[in-house]
Amino acid sequence: MIRALLSHDLPRSRILAALLLICLAGLAGAPFLFPGTQALNVAAKILVFILLVASYDLLLGYTGIVSFAHTMFVGIGAYGIAIASTRLGSDWGSLAIGFVAALALSAVLALAVGLASLRVKAIFFAMITLAVASAFMTLASQLSDITGGEDGLNFQLPEALRPSTEFLEEPLWGVSVDGRLLTYYLLFVAVALLIALLLRIVNSPFGRVLQAIRENEFRAEAIGYRPVVYRTGANIIAALLACCGGALLALWLRYTGPETAMSMEIMLDLLLIVVIGGMGTVYGAVIGSVLFIVAQNYLQALLKWAGAAVDGVPVLATLVSPDRWLLWLGLLFVLAVYHFPGGIVGRLRLAAWTRGRTKA
Amino acid sequence: MKLDPRPLALLAALMLLALPLTGSASTWLNLTLAGLAMGLIVFVIASGLTLVFGLMDVLNFGHGVFIALGAFMATTVLAAMAPWAASPDAATNLTALAAACLAGMAIAAAVGVVFERVLVRPVYGQHLKQILITMGGMIIGEELIKASWGPALIPLPMPETLRGIFLIGAFGADVAVEKFRVLAMLIGLVVLVTLLLVLNRTKIGLLIRAGVQDREMVEALGYRIRRLFVGVFVAGAALAGLGGVLWGLVQQGVTPQIGGQVNLLLFIVIIIGGLGSTVGCLVGALLVGLVANYVGFLAPKAALFSNIGLMVAILLWRPQGLYPVGAK
Repeated sequence: MIRALLSHDLPRSRILAALLLICLAGLAGAPFLFPGTQALNVAAKILVFILLVASYDLLLGYTGIVSFAHTMFVGIGAYGIAIASTRLGSDWGSLAIGFVAALALSAVLALAVGLASLRVKAIFFAMITLAVASAFMTLASQLSDITGGEDGLNFQLPEALRPSTEFLEEPLWGVSVDGRLLTYYLLFVAVALLIALLLRIVNSPFGRVLQAIRENEFRAEAIGYRPVVYRTGANIIAALLACCGGALLALWLRYTGPETAMSMEIMLDLLLIVVIGGMGTVYGAVIGSVLFIVAQNYLQALLKWAGAAVDGVPVLATLVSPDRWLLWLGLLFVLAVYHFPGGIVGRLRLAAWTRGRTKA
Repeated sequence: MKLDPRPLALLAALMLLALPLTGSASTWLNLTLAGLAMGLIVFVIASGLTLVFGLMDVLNFGHGVFIALGAFMATTVLAAMAPWAASPDAATNLTALAAACLAGMAIAAAVGVVFERVLVRPVYGQHLKQILITMGGMIIGEELIKASWGPALIPLPMPETLRGIFLIGAFGADVAVEKFRVLAMLIGLVVLVTLLLVLNRTKIGLLIRAGVQDREMVEALGYRIRRLFVGVFVAGAALAGLGGVLWGLVQQGVTPQIGGQVNLLLFIVIIIGGLGSTVGCLVGALLVGLVANYVGFLAPKAALFSNIGLMVAILLWRPQGLYPVGAK
């Protein structure tokens, strides 16, 4: 049963399996285990990022192409929900319309970008997506009549998802069962289903062809698989999943703006998480997102503490300030690309594999 | 060398087409000069990037770091030489500017050496890792710049005598031309001519051009193309530093994000020009500069997309760019 659910792509390392279980349990029980608005926001952000990183990994890790337009599709999903909710009223019907429209737009754009640039070279795709994504972000902040410009859009959710909606008179285990809790579990179930779907995709024959093209494009083409078709397919799937992630993000935040949904910082975060978690593994997305988001929210406190410790040392003090945490992540990123191309998951799997060999 | 004339004709056609649209001849001349100046600055920055790509198939996503370094170095130098920059004497002003340019180039070149050695060299021939590593280098560089100069915008005032405008009588009307744009064009032209002379009239230039065409053949003839590549990389970084100084002066201020912003423009330019082609890079940069200025005047809202629109149009015409580089 579990095998089928994971599409026979098991963790293959006891430590990894244990970590995944901890993440799963932590996220499933987050509202009860870590009470408080801040903790729940972190947990919801982790959920959305797991989906975004995993879908980005389909491109970067499995297909071997670098896209900088992933947040563009996140933005399309988020704006789809936001615009539909503000224009058509806050009910389920308008959410569905906005979501479907966003999915359609994502698919068309991904197809166009893919066909235009995936024929040539991987580098070409990276540059074109960078240009298209930045143009799209400008578009979102300029069309203020529709998108709310730099201010973004605040909107109401359907009745059942509003924080003011109480389902039970009494709090359950100290947590009030309200629309917020329902929204969280909506996110949880949606992300879990989509991750299972993604596992299914990467372990299908289609996923194998993607990996073959990544390893040796020429050879894959010689066997009879057209790289441009498969790469464009992967690009569309990743775009659709990113669009779903954006929609979920909008549902949770009840707000969509250019900074929250499609900024370049989010794109960099995705890149960092994929590499640190482990390219070409869906599980890397889970582990990486949990570590990264927790670190993002709590590492800055650690740096503040370290900064106080080295206060007075001239150069070190500026480098260890909490504002500079991206510097340390960047270093970690470069080291990870050099020395642990498999990231955390690759490392754990390798360790388990060598241990199995030495025992036998 | 046979030069395909059609992209040049496109450039001329664009200028002619803009003449009736802008209405008056003096506005047109003004916009054209501004566009050419911007194009030449962009060319100075982008030339190193495109050569590095042509020579070693390395695309440096961290090229923006050199631009930002040059610009920030210029703020420090000009602040240190404030009396020189503020004096009403043109010669002292130019000395200060030259010092700023040289310092910007020097630091960009020095960091370029380190960048090449530490980040780029270990990942030759692996495109995916190159993109990731140079992107990481960009993040680290930007953060280090923030750590040394602070995250806020630093104003970069123009030296005293370079402010203001020349009035030129043309088409029966006075045309105002910013003095600094003229200087930037001159610097751009000097770089262009030097680059063309080095590439076309020296042994090293011959080797570089041969390396862009067919790297393995040059290596087979006994030349160490890697050493050549390091030289090109460092020279490209220095040019980016110079371009950063000029860009910062045009913008009259520098933020740590300047590198990332200009990088985007550079990619568009070298894609338009054809990856690896120097002439293509020049034509692409001029096209981008002109279109940005014309569209900015005619329809300011559309200016944000003019570059993307230009790129799409060019790629529909020539999918490999204006001047595709030989068999790869």
